Amino acid sequence: MTQEKDANETLDLATVRAELTERRGRHYWRSLEELTRRPGFDAMLARELPRQAPAFLDAVDRRQFLQVMGASLALAGLSACTRQPTETIMPYVKAPEDIIPGRPLYFATAMPVGGVGTGLLVESHMGRPTKIEGNPEHASSRGATDAFAQAAILGLYDPDRSQVVSSAGEIRTWKAFVAAIGEVLEGQRATGGAGLRVLCDTISSPTLGAQVRDLVAAFPNCRIHQWDPIARDASLVGTRMAFAAEADVQYRFAEADVVVALDADFLGSGHDKIRHIRDFSTRRNPAGGMNRLYAIESTPTVTGARADHRLPVAARDVQRFAWALLAELARLPQAPANLPAAEAAWVTAIAADLRAHQGSSVVVAGEHQSPTTHAFAHALNHALGNIGTTVVLTEPIAQQSMYSMASLQELAGAMAAGQVQVLLILGGNPVGTAPADLEFAARLAQVPFRAHVGLYDDETAQLCHWHVPEAHFLESWGDVRSADGTISIMQPLIAPLYDGKTVAEVVAAALGREKTAYDIVRDFWRGRQAGEFERWWRTVLHDGVVAGTGFAPIKLGLQAEWLKAATAAEPPKSEGLELVFRLDPNVLDGRFANNGWLQELPRPITKLTWDNAALLSPATAQRLGVVNEDVVELSYAGRTLEAPVWIVPGNAEDSITLHLGYGRTRAGRVGNAVGVDANRIRTAAAPWIVRGVELKKTGRRHQLATTQEHHSMEGRHLVREASLSEYTREPHFAHAMVHEPAKDMTLYPPHPYEGAAWGMTIDLASCVGCNACVVACNAENNIPVVGKEEVARGREMHWLRIDRYFEGEAANPTIHHQPVPCMHCENAPCEVVCPVNATVHSSEGLNDMIYNRCVGTKYCSNNCPYKVRRFNFFKYQDWTTESLKLARNPDVTVRSYGVMEKCTYCVQRISQARITARKEDRSVRDGEVVTACAQACPARAIVFGDLNDPTSRVAKLKADARNYSLLGDLNTRPRTTYLASVRNPSGDLDGA
Amino acid sequence: MPQVFHRSTNTIARVSIFGTLIVLGAAGYGLALINRSSYVTQAGIAHEQPVQFSHRHHAGELGIDCRYCHSSVEVGAKAGIPPTQTCMNCHKQIWSDSPTLEPVRASFRTDASIPWIKVHDLPDFVYFNHSVHVAKGVGCETCHGRIDRMNLTWQQNSLQMEWCLDCHRHPERYVRPKEEVFTMGWQPAGDQLEIGRELVKANNIQPKTDCDTCHR
Repeated sequence: MTQEKDANETLDLATVRAELTERRGRHYWRSLEELTRRPGFDAMLARELPRQAPAFLDAVDRRQFLQVMGASLALAGLSACTRQPTETIMPYVKAPEDIIPGRPLYFATAMPVGGVGTGLLVESHMGRPTKIEGNPEHASSRGATDAFAQAAILGLYDPDRSQVVSSAGEIRTWKAFVAAIGEVLEGQRATGGAGLRVLCDTISSPTLGAQVRDLVAAFPNCRIHQWDPIARDASLVGTRMAFAAEADVQYRFAEADVVVALDADFLGSGHDKIRHIRDFSTRRNPAGGMNRLYAIESTPTVTGARADHRLPVAARDVQRFAWALLAELARLPQAPANLPAAEAAWVTAIAADLRAHQGSSVVVAGEHQSPTTHAFAHALNHALGNIGTTVVLTEPIAQQSMYSMASLQELAGAMAAGQVQVLLILGGNPVGTAPADLEFAARLAQVPFRAHVGLYDDETAQLCHWHVPEAHFLESWGDVRSADGTISIMQPLIAPLYDGKTVAEVVAAALGREKTAYDIVRDFWRGRQAGEFERWWRTVLHDGVVAGTGFAPIKLGLQAEWLKAATAAEPPKSEGLELVFRLDPNVLDGRFANNGWLQELPRPITKLTWDNAALLSPATAQRLGVVNEDVVELSYAGRTLEAPVWIVPGNAEDSITLHLGYGRTRAGRVGNAVGVDANRIRTAAAPWIVRGVELKKTGRRHQLATTQEHHSMEGRHLVREASLSEYTREPHFAHAMVHEPAKDMTLYPPHPYEGAAWGMTIDLASCVGCNACVVACNAENNIPVVGKEEVARGREMHWLRIDRYFEGEAANPTIHHQPVPCMHCENAPCEVVCPVNATVHSSEGLNDMIYNRCVGTKYCSNNCPYKVRRFNFFKYQDWTTESLKLARNPDVTVRSYGVMEKCTYCVQRISQARITARKEDRSVRDGEVVTACAQACPARAIVFGDLNDPTSRVAKLKADARNYSLLGDLNTRPRTTYLASVRNPSGDLDGA
Repeated sequence: MPQVFHRSTNTIARVSIFGTLIVLGAAGYGLALINRSSYVTQAGIAHEQPVQFSHRHHAGELGIDCRYCHSSVEVGAKAGIPPTQTCMNCHKQIWSDSPTLEPVRASFRTDASIPWIKVHDLPDFVYFNHSVHVAKGVGCETCHGRIDRMNLTWQQNSLQMEWCLDCHRHPERYVRPKEEVFTMGWQPAGDQLEIGRELVKANNIQPKTDCDTCHR
């Protein structure tokens, strides 16, 4: 690698600081390497594709290579004269109704993650689902999606999914399983199921809930355990503490003027993030009613990146901060004594702001924070009068409220005590996701009969006597509640590829009432509907929601007792290093580890791909003498784990963040041996925040593939931002930053654009950098996965990337996100250098990329100032795996090697809309063409349309004062423009 | 000083220079011919099919409308190959024991598709849409020829890009009134160019020649 680093090298923080103080005004930086001016960094940037090809390391030398190349070129020319192979057409025998070949159909369903649903519309091409969109009718998505939903298509067609029922490694049949389970359960009947335990995910499905109750009725002594690694334990316990009742909390960010996030990544994680982003972004328009977000957090998240004020505080100290805030606001008699002065200033300022917005503010605590922090947040909301307005309590969506970790602990104890004779694991992978001290694998081995239902033949399946492949949600009938309580009936888009069974079918079989999932769901609902069932059924399937099932708010009184206990003792002193475990933003607890789209998707802040790392602040890294990619040994409570280091500006001091979901051994070909398994030093007692961790250098290094340093834009005015007051004074601030040449300053003749003129705006004030658009683009445009080594060479193929910039102090920088697709320049530098006319300007202003003409000179990429062109150095696309062929969008060419590609503005969607319009003899209506990225965006930051139509949304946004062109001074006249970001900092904390 | 080269060298030089040019030109011309030949384009070559279906009989002699079988031609990108069910609609009653139709009956019995050989096979990087062409007055015959006179079906035209572009650049040479799209053997009542120009204006025909029209 060109970036070999000296093992003894340390991070020179002094240089970073000096470099930062030298610069004046707003300045942006992308990585610490850039600031320290490490030799070689500039040279690397200067290259077009950094770290590209350590050229010819093979035995073949350059001369030989050219000879071979020449010969193959000559042959390649001749091959153009060959005929196409004969193909067959296989028509239907009896054509299904409604299917028109080449025209997709859309079906509503829902995606459950951790038992909570997101309403979706799935595009189906002749019976195979190819693309997922949000269901506009569904409160949880309102037409948008997150990265997980977008990537679910690849999950469905994953060739590594478990494909057969197996027992002790042998292929068996479903019938054999039903017989086996029937037999063991018959044995349990005498004792009322005293030895029977069932381990499942959070169940929000009314049907499955009823089935589980039936199971308990049949075996009254059995125990149901719930293990949901996307833990909401702290939130549930905290709510119980505060209100003495089981309740879920919903936030109404659209109505909140001031939001305080206490280590809460409400925009980037959690079950309701799509709705959170949607609501939150409606209040980020500087033209009116802008909200203010304070983020107190340990490691930078997308929430912190969007915040108006961000304070890095170690996760263990957030509870103290919450207490101090409550003490200040509610004038409690006891306030924490050892609050540092810096935090105290923040507490005063935030409390003043909150007090000014009683009833229209939100305090939200993070899922991995302590229950007490959650209770403090509730007390704060209660004191501010937010409960019932911006913070709404509802009955829990879980059929049975259970604390996951306690439940799993209890099961592990029972297994160790030999009390479990039969264990049914219904979905999930507890062996892979349980904390190390539960020794789940070893204890599982003591259970005489254990069966597992799951999508993968994973770590848990391997240790079970029986494994049944689970049906993917796109193959399943079922029902699920979303975070607001709305019920969706899930309908399959395709018959199970591998004869998978739903959890409901397995439970039915266990009850001795074997039935199809379709019958189970229908029979459940049939008994609960007044009126004509079939009509109701068709309506709910069509709409994707059961109308009126969203939860109404409940009223609960705040308790007082817990507060005395919580404020009685001083919080422990912050000494030593803390280790914070977080769910990975891309693979969660590891359930998506075998999904290449998610593995290769750069993490929102670190821009790491294909790995997790111990995230440290620059100062902590300097103190410990470690640099990026150093492998360190973390030890806690007698357990050790080796992990590479990644330095994150803005991380709290003395705090290490490690993401879960990696280091898996039986995830599949994609996810095996990627990253390190954080669960190996995790304990059930302190599953999220651990104090007193030891860190030791090992002297070894581990290469991490990041997209951070690629495509650097050399510190020009790329992201433009102002504070709200600056914006109010000078709305045109973004224009004042650079001089843009006059329109006619070009040697080339102008393009007339008589019909449509497609253009896009991206609102940087509302974009949170959630990555949904990037995966949506992958799915829509058949973009291949290239793997870690190729990413490390800068060869990732994403047509749309999200650049992340830092601004200001390395200890606590402001973080910016900027999505960068092809700019579709009117004066496009790429077009004029292509020797074969493979990239040309269309009459509607698109930069067309013609794959079949491209010969791979890469001149266009070389000449593109935005570095948005991607080259197929190898045959990245999988041309052989049958199941993956089903995932592809039939409307987009699948590219092979040697071809350049880039964002097309989803030209297939434009074509479709144009054809429809022309058949109806009209022009394309505004909103008829929505690009994949714009459709997925929960913040509605991306708007696409016709610039020649003055009434179109995009034309109006282009006229906005904040509209600016990226590198507009180059006179490229990009069609993609940005609305400059505006933040709303309060005067009280300026400079803080 | 004596001449190094004999005078005949001049001739040899001229012959070899011009000869090379001629040979290269001929080779280029030859390659272009091969590329346009029916060997490459498959135009004019009838394909043996699993069932020797005759368009001449069905569309010509019996006068069945194109859309009876190719039912999605007005709504979708693909004209659509009829499901076996469509064949059986009639052949349950007539020729119901003909040995020629055994593959059709077998397909209906076993629920297995009839594997028709694709006659009009565009490259995978080309996206053609039937519906918009039909809607704008491009007759079936214009591209597919006199299907009503073909026993076994063949591809009438080259389907090469220059052929597509010819019509996209000069639609007036080819378009016909919308109501005559499915007519075989339609003749313009007068000058095609004149009628064509009027149709182009009346039907708002604006064929695009941008690359993204067909390649995406």
